[in-house]
Amino acid sequence: MPTGVPIEFAHLTKTFGTVDAVSDLSLTVEPGQVTGFLGPNGAGKTTSLRMLLGLVRPTSGTATFGGTPYAALESPLATVGASLEAASFHPGRSARNHLAVYAQAAGLPKTAPEAALEKVGLSGYADRRVGGYSLGMRQRLGLAFALLGDPAVLVLDEPINGLDPEGIKWIRLLLRGMAAEGRTVLISSHLLSEVQQTVDDVIIIAHGKLVHRGELSSLDVSDSKQVQVNADDRERLAEVIRSAGYTVASLRSGVLVENAEAAEIGRLAFDAGIPVTALSQKRTGLEESFLALVGEEGAL
Amino acid sequence: MKLVAAVRSEFTKVLSTRLWWVLAVIMVGYVALCAGGLAAILSGVGTRAGGPVVPEAQLPLLIYSFATAVGYVFPVLFGALAVTSEFRFQALTPTFLAQPRRVIALSGKFITMLLVGAVFGVIALLASMGAGAGVLAGFGVDPLLGDPEVWAFVGRSVLAMALWAVIGVGLGTLVPSQVAAIVIVLAFTQFLEPLLRFGSSITDWSAQLGQFLPGAASDALVGSSIFLIATPAGTGLEWWQGGLVLAGIAVVATVIGYFTSWRRDVS
Repeated sequence: MPTGVPIEFAHLTKTFGTVDAVSDLSLTVEPGQVTGFLGPNGAGKTTSLRMLLGLVRPTSGTATFGGTPYAALESPLATVGASLEAASFHPGRSARNHLAVYAQAAGLPKTAPEAALEKVGLSGYADRRVGGYSLGMRQRLGLAFALLGDPAVLVLDEPINGLDPEGIKWIRLLLRGMAAEGRTVLISSHLLSEVQQTVDDVIIIAHGKLVHRGELSSLDVSDSKQVQVNADDRERLAEVIRSAGYTVASLRSGVLVENAEAAEIGRLAFDAGIPVTALSQKRTGLEESFLALVGEEGAL
Repeated sequence: MKLVAAVRSEFTKVLSTRLWWVLAVIMVGYVALCAGGLAAILSGVGTRAGGPVVPEAQLPLLIYSFATAVGYVFPVLFGALAVTSEFRFQALTPTFLAQPRRVIALSGKFITMLLVGAVFGVIALLASMGAGAGVLAGFGVDPLLGDPEVWAFVGRSVLAMALWAVIGVGLGTLVPSQVAAIVIVLAFTQFLEPLLRFGSSITDWSAQLGQFLPGAASDALVGSSIFLIATPAGTGLEWWQGGLVLAGIAVVATVIGYFTSWRRDVS
């Protein structure tokens, strides 16, 4: 079983002209868990990952796998599996040959492409030309490329983008399984909600800078709790709640109460004799904190 | 060892898409038509219209040399496309992930294209000699297939085609845009160079420069070409000098291209 090594960014900086795409990024991604690398589009996620993989030269700083830069790894594909956002396929080549090309270049066993296709469920389509693949199939093929060398470290850029709900569930289980085996798993996304159920740890960057680092639950700092409630006589319901001292906002499907517990709002309605048709507690902490961290431009 | 792996990988790239045989089929048709057609004109029709233009003993080589004289555009195009398709399909990302030492990746491509170019050479010669010898024999001209000089010519032609393919690699690294590379290959080989060669033959000093044009160097290496007939001043280069000129162009272009495109950030 391959054991993951930590991914280490140290003062990583990339400047394009006068623009700092990534500035002074320092952090460690530990093995044994799934780490989400989050930020709005253009925040510098892809540039950071490309520097980590030796595709883009940092202006300063380093990005290594347990101290070794990608280009210095003895057997790169067998150590780190990566899939980047850009669909890097020759459309006229079959999936099997696509993988064979890179397995050969990396000196991997002849059986590697077949095994990788098996893992991502593409065996049945292996001899079709990639040009005819759907977005979801391309995502799976990108993942097959990453898994080619059975690596202990996985670096995936937007792996969930383009997958159908079934695919999302599948990749979630796969990634969690790999992390449980002790591998290092780093996945990027511009949507927190997309990876919320997959990641243990989050790294959030905005404008090339680290803005948050910690467990997923650490994001849920806001104590604003909302309750959504509805009744046939919505006007009276809102009036009753407002007179109890709450801030009320009108929604298309009911009334939104700020800083409230569902149980309390239910009791208010019951005491006033209003039959409630819907009542739910909303916890918006994660998404709100995320948006607050990445700023206004982080509009999703 | 890593270089061997890179060459194997590049061969799989070549063989797993359709381009190589599509280009080979077009090349065979084009070369066979030119060789067979000119063999018929020079050995048959030509003799009746006031004596042969070319001495009969030189005729077979001239006809066979259509393999390189018109066929060379195919290996150069293939070599260029082998590089530009990496840029076009963003395939450099997986290529460099599998082999982060970019010198090795490019060297693997260079060696592979040298071999693929040689195979194009063999195919082109089969076409020119097959069609040419058949037509010559039909008109009663000895196709000289047993002549060792012809076989030495065959060897030099295969080498020329191999070198053209790596000139293509050099061009592709210098001009990574696929469309631009195709336009340059076609414009230079089909139009600009013939014009330059003709123009340079007018004065002595320009002829000295003209012999270093790649097409002229290629003809010098091969030792026979329809263009050598058209410019009787000929070329001053020895066959091995012609080979060195081609190899030099390929290596210099590839090394410069390595720094201008291959080594750059992939994003």
